[in-house]
Amino acid sequence: MASIQYILKRLLLMIPTFFLVMIIIFLLVRFLPGDPAIAIAGDRASDADLEAIRERLGLNQPMLVQFWLFVTNTLQGDLGRSILLRAPVIDVIFDRLPTTIFLTLYAVTLSLLIAGPLAFVAALNRNKWPDAVIRTVFQVGLSMPVFYIGLILLTFLAAQLRWFPVGGYGDTFVERLHHMFLPSVTVALYTSAIIMRNLRSAIIEVLDAEYVQFARAKGLPDRLVLGRHVLRNALISTVTLLGLSIGNLMSGTLVTETVFAVPGVGRLMLEAIFARDYPLIQGLTLTFAVLVSVVFLLTDLFQSTLDPRMRLT
Amino acid sequence: MSDTQPILEVENLCTTFTRGGVALPAVRDVSFNVGKGEVLGLVGESGSGKSVTLRSILGLSRRYGDVTGSVKWMGQDIAQMPERKLRHIRGRDIAMIFQEPMTSLNPLLTVGMQLTETLKAHTDLNRAARRDRAIEMLDHVGIPAAASRLEEYPHQFSGGMRQRVMIAIALAANPKLLLADEPTTALDVTIQAQILDLILSLADELSMGVILVTHDLGVVAQTCNKAAVMYAGRIVEQGDVRQVLRAPRHPYTVGLMRSVPQNVPPRSQLYTVPGTPPSLEALPQGCAFAPRCQSRTDSCMATRPPLESIAQGRSVACFNPVTDAQGAAA
Repeated sequence: MASIQYILKRLLLMIPTFFLVMIIIFLLVRFLPGDPAIAIAGDRASDADLEAIRERLGLNQPMLVQFWLFVTNTLQGDLGRSILLRAPVIDVIFDRLPTTIFLTLYAVTLSLLIAGPLAFVAALNRNKWPDAVIRTVFQVGLSMPVFYIGLILLTFLAAQLRWFPVGGYGDTFVERLHHMFLPSVTVALYTSAIIMRNLRSAIIEVLDAEYVQFARAKGLPDRLVLGRHVLRNALISTVTLLGLSIGNLMSGTLVTETVFAVPGVGRLMLEAIFARDYPLIQGLTLTFAVLVSVVFLLTDLFQSTLDPRMRLT
Repeated sequence: MSDTQPILEVENLCTTFTRGGVALPAVRDVSFNVGKGEVLGLVGESGSGKSVTLRSILGLSRRYGDVTGSVKWMGQDIAQMPERKLRHIRGRDIAMIFQEPMTSLNPLLTVGMQLTETLKAHTDLNRAARRDRAIEMLDHVGIPAAASRLEEYPHQFSGGMRQRVMIAIALAANPKLLLADEPTTALDVTIQAQILDLILSLADELSMGVILVTHDLGVVAQTCNKAAVMYAGRIVEQGDVRQVLRAPRHPYTVGLMRSVPQNVPPRSQLYTVPGTPPSLEALPQGCAFAPRCQSRTDSCMATRPPLESIAQGRSVACFNPVTDAQGAAA
């Protein structure tokens, strides 16, 4: 288990991380080809208009001053105004973020529900036919692009069979579960393939461990040997993998949200990039950085709860 | 003691693993008995099939290979018993302790949990009673401040203490037979004697039978009633421990005895049995020990000598058994 002190320390360590992320975002936007003022005002704007925009955005100031303004504004929660949506970036993000978090958690839950039992079946029937079937199916899942799986599901289950809505988000929790099922399954098919592969080999390794043999020699029922002794130990590496692949998961939502017209930050990012909405891109990148850091911290905390040898101090 | 009805009768036990399409006969035609309160020493080199024999008795080898022959526990054959029924014998009637205290306890569960789950599986004790019994057991195997250590994890214990914990877990449900797979090999020499003493005094106290797997003949001499010597998956000699060790009949047993340094001057070369054990994939047609044996004949290479009784409770598998005079000279 981790102490409060450890969590505080980790949170403090995030400050330099975010500082670095902010430098990178700042430079990235400044060194991108093209003038942000032109991007905002359009190609046919007059020189005077452009100058006014540059003045308003502070683009005429020296770089260091610009960076200082960027940092202080960000710390005050001011990420600028979205050019595309004509609203404060921070409001736009907070409006869309819950949808994406819901989608991600939903997808992770589904992945575990799909991958967990199948990994057990595959591992316990190692190199026999159930193992071969499960691994082949997941291999196919892994090698198909996310948007393609999404389109297939959309065509058959939503458009033709009408089991699920084609798009949208829904209002109540149950409605959301229904609306977000196909997008989540799409993301989950990919992640569950990764989890299945990892969990299967982890289970196979743990099954042969001496402490599992000892647990059997003690006369424990199979249910306890597998659930208490095998699963917990096998989960450690899988949880790490899941935490580390949160970046992949996030970029997965980018495509999925677009295919299923889900109003989350993933689709927002794509729209922002197409519209060259720099403030919004900056804000979203920073948001992703925060999310990934938080997930990494949660992964480490979860691991230390699972494994007493990983006492975090 | 050994005259009473045996509690465990192993007959023609064979365990075969298959690796890459090749059959590996790890244990072949192993037969022996263990009586109530009797200590049997199973001796041999690494890879001679001692550990696999123990694991096959408890049905732990079946998921890795093919096990045939009969294992009678109190007259009931458990070799082919389904897991569901067998689990009630494991841990309750026959318990086992493993060689590596570092890897044989689950690193993620508290010692208390690993102790009480055995009790939960085999007794009707309630939660509080299980806890009391766990403390009693830890105390019994010599772990100081037992009550305060229930909530601790294996990595907070030293190697010797972990081995004590394993013994406490194994004996928690009062088994009648303990299978001890080289329980002291991984420990410091100073701790080894303590752990052995502990196992034997507990066995005596609970009148529990013990099968002690070891490659240490000194240990066998001090602790066992009976000894069985294994080579390449087969028992080559067995009998009363004093007879086997004082008057060994099989050349391999003689070789093993000579390998124990006794009264050797410093910096002198130690005796080793020449050659190496055969690979299980390519066992010789005749006696597996013949290629390393100094008294082999042509018939040893051609046919395998059967394990034959030479006296009451004493048998040897050799065409040219060592005589007393030869044994003494060696």
